[in-house]
Parts: sequence; C-alpha cells; structure tokens
Amino acid sequence: MTVLEVKDLRKSFGSNAVLKGVSFTLDKGEVLSIIGSSGGGKTTLLRCLNSLEFAEEGTITVNGEVMFDGADKSKHKEKDIRLKRLHFGLVFQQFNLFPQYTAKENIMLAPKLMGNESKEQIEQQTDALLERVGLSDKADYYPCMLSGGQQQRVAIARALAMKPDILCFDEPTSALDPELTGEVLKVIKGLKDSDTTMIVVTHEMGFAQNVSDKVIFMAKGVIEEMGTPEEVFEHPKSEVTKAFLANATE
Amino acid sequence: MDFSTITSDLLSGFLENLKLFGLTLAFSLPLGLLLSFCSMSKIPPIRWLAKTFVWIIRGTPLMLQLFIVFFVPGIVFDAPLKTRFTAALIAFVINYSAYFSEIYRGGIESIPVGQHEAGMVLGMTRKQIFFKVVLMQVVKKIIPPMSNEIITLVKDTSLARVIAVAEIIMVADRFTARGMIWPLFYTGVFFLLFNGILTLLFGAIEKKLDYYKV
Ligand SMILES: Nc1ncnc2c1ncn2[C@@H]1O[C@H](COP(=O)(O)OP(=O)(O)OP(=O)(O)O)[C@@H](O)[C@H]1O
Ligand SMILES: [Mg+2]
Repeated sequence: MTVLEVKDLRKSFGSNAVLKGVSFTLDKGEVLSIIGSSGGGKTTLLRCLNSLEFAEEGTITVNGEVMFDGADKSKHKEKDIRLKRLHFGLVFQQFNLFPQYTAKENIMLAPKLMGNESKEQIEQQTDALLERVGLSDKADYYPCMLSGGQQQRVAIARALAMKPDILCFDEPTSALDPELTGEVLKVIKGLKDSDTTMIVVTHEMGFAQNVSDKVIFMAKGVIEEMGTPEEVFEHPKSEVTKAFLANATE
Repeated sequence: MDFSTITSDLLSGFLENLKLFGLTLAFSLPLGLLLSFCSMSKIPPIRWLAKTFVWIIRGTPLMLQLFIVFFVPGIVFDAPLKTRFTAALIAFVINYSAYFSEIYRGGIESIPVGQHEAGMVLGMTRKQIFFKVVLMQVVKKIIPPMSNEIITLVKDTSLARVIAVAEIIMVADRFTARGMIWPLFYTGVFFLLFNGILTLLFGAIEKKLDYYKV
C-alpha cells in the first residue's frame, strides 16, 4: 500500500534551484535511504516533507490525502500546516533535544500538549518508547548528561511519540563519534522490524545497502538513480552514481 | 542628631529607593518582554517603532528623561502628574523597559533555530514553542545580563532626587547642608547591603538552573 507519493517537487532558494522535479513513492513499512553528495538537496527534501520549507511546484500525498500542492497558491494556515506535519516525524542531525527537560519529559512534552491522550496513557507509551530505544535506565537524565548516541535515541523516541506515518532521519549519525553510530543504526533497524515507514538520509553506505528496501541517489536536485539496494549499489546505470559510489567506498 | 536617628532617617529615604526599584521591576520586566516582541515583529512598522523607541531611550540620559516626564505633562498638557514619585516611576519604567527589551531580544535570538524546528515538527503551536521550549532557555541565558541591569537599577534610583523625590541621598544631603558630611557616605552601606543580598539571590538562581545547559 502506498503511503507517500511525491510528485515533481521543485524548490529553489532565490536563483539556486535545489529540487528540480523530484518524484518517488513509498509503501507502508518500507525503508528508503537517500544518499548523495553534499548540497544535492537531501535535507531540503526532508524539510519540504515536514513543512519546514515549502516547494514552489509539485505535490506531496500521504495515504491518498494531498498534504501539499504547489498549484494551490492560497496561503498556508498555521493550524493546517501543524496537522499535516503530524503525518511526518523528523530526527535531526543535531538531535535538538530540549535541554531543560529530562529524556522522559522530552518524549512526553508534545503528546501532553496535544492533549489527545490521558496522562497515564502517555506515561505508559513513553516508558515503552524508552525501552524500545534501550534507555529505560536513563529516563530521568537531562540531555547534557547523555552521550550523543543516547541523545539521538531519545530524539527518535520523541519523534515516535507522535506516531507519524513516515519517520524521516537527516543524517542521524553524522554528528556522532564513530563508535556511537552503531547503537543508533541498531535502533533504526529495530524500527524497520516493527514495520515503521522510514526515510533515512545517510552517508552510511553499509546501512543503506543492508537495511533499506529502496535507495535513492540524489545529485544536484535530481534523482539520478532509484531502485533496490542491489540495483543502485551493484548495477548503477548513471555515470554520476558510479563515480559517487566509487568515491564513497574507497 | 545621634547615629540611630540618622540611620532611621536614611532608612526611610532608602525605602523610597526600594519602592521605586520594586515597582519599576514589576512593570518593566513584562513591558520589556512585550517591547522585545515588537522589535522582532514580522510587521516592519511595528519593528521600526520599537527600535526607534529603544534607540531614543537608550541614547539619552535617564536624568533628562526624568525631567521630561516630570515637566512635560504640566507644561504641554496642563495636566501635571499627581506626585513626583509617579513621575520618577514612569521615567524609570520607560527607561528600564527599553534596556530589558534588548536583553530579552538577545536571549530569544540566541536560541538555536533547531529548537523551534524540533517543536514545529512535533506539531506544537508557536505559543507552545515559546512558553514550553524557548522561554526557560532564554531565562537561563539572560540571568547574568539581567542581574547586572537590576543592580544598576538599584543604584539608579537615587537619580530620582533630581526631581526632588525624597530618596536616601537627598535625605543625606539635608545633613550635609547642616555641616554633617558622614551621613552622605553612610548611604553607600545601604546600597552595598541591598546589592549584596541581590547578588546572593542571583547566584542562588543560577545554581538552581545548573541542571541543564543551553
Ligand atoms: N535556507 C536556505 N537558504 C538558501 N539556500 C539554501 C537554504 N537551505 C539550503 N540551501 C541550499 O540548497 C542546496 C541544497 O542544500 P541541502 O542542505 O538540501 O543539501 P544536502 O543534500 O542535504 O547536503 P548535505 O549532504 O551537505 O547535508 C545547497 O546549495 C544549499 O546551499
Ligand atoms: Mg543535509
């Protein structure tokens, strides 16, 4: 079942065209990895999905419901945007935890403010999330007391707490020491096993190859290559992809 | 005139300083926040107005502002203020709102955009992001500059004497006129003691907020 359909997304900053017609679809429970060289527009794509940026053209459809339509030039209302955002979750490269709250409070804050569930439900769910990211014993720690890897795991739990249809990661391990990337990638793998639909922008080629169902290679605002990990990594068609992979794996 | 009479005279003068101090804080802390929002407004005219206001207030002496607030209503509008104290209070509130607004603005603008965005992608409203995410981080950041400004305010209250508010230095000056100079120097003890207490208080607050880093 198709969860996400992105069609011909175009976005520029001034005269700098950053997304030049990006289209792809994602099925429920699929993991999509996006790889590509710096400045290719990967972050911008995730930001458009999460309504942190708005494209000029194209559509974004989630579960058949149009989230964004570049042709519709009416002004985006803050409330509508907020509701649409809830279909997506975003885990940032720099974690962006709220420093004044403990791990547990970080996770509970948004659901509490949303006010759809009882306090007990939220507590229970938070404990379950902490366990899922392996941090039950760190519930009452403040972010400054946690390692980068632990902070990122809290950030993942925090994003999951809003039950997004699609969870996006923007280079979730790039800000981490190499020995800490493993624990975060393991959590993401665990999410795949429980059928979470995910888009992961990453420079971890091993992860992209082994964990994803689908890989996109993006360069200069276009999708150069898209397919299964095997297709993209073993039999790339585009010269640009070949050059990138040769560089990345050396 | 013995020591204890003079002490109690000075103390009653100092209470005037403290009253001015407390009321100025009570009004200018919230007004400053409002003003800082104006100076960060997305609507240009509001932003310009706020910035011009801050520029004028910070660019002219508080003493001059005291004179203006004291004299202008009477001369221009034929509606003099009820008391000298009210005039002093208004001038101080205007002046300190401007200074506080700049401290707030600096604090608010120093919070990384990632904090706002983290709140946004979690579906929070702008108001929720400000009050639940940003505010406590701003509070922590602005405590040192605020302490400075508040301690300056304690000392500035003695400027109210220029419009003859009977604050402590004005009281002490009455003794000087009678040939007694030491009460004037003695006023320093009152300021030192009070600012000492404030310093301890701010230290305690900083310590209390030590559990998180921004
Ligand atoms: N807010 C912005 N204003 C102007 N230009 C921007 C903005 N954000 C991104 N860009 C530009 O858009 C282009 C794509 O940036 P983007 O961050 O999406 O790339 P990326 O693929 O995520 O790169 P990286 O691998 O370095 O993270 C870059 O040329 C960048 O300078
Ligand atoms: Mg990026």
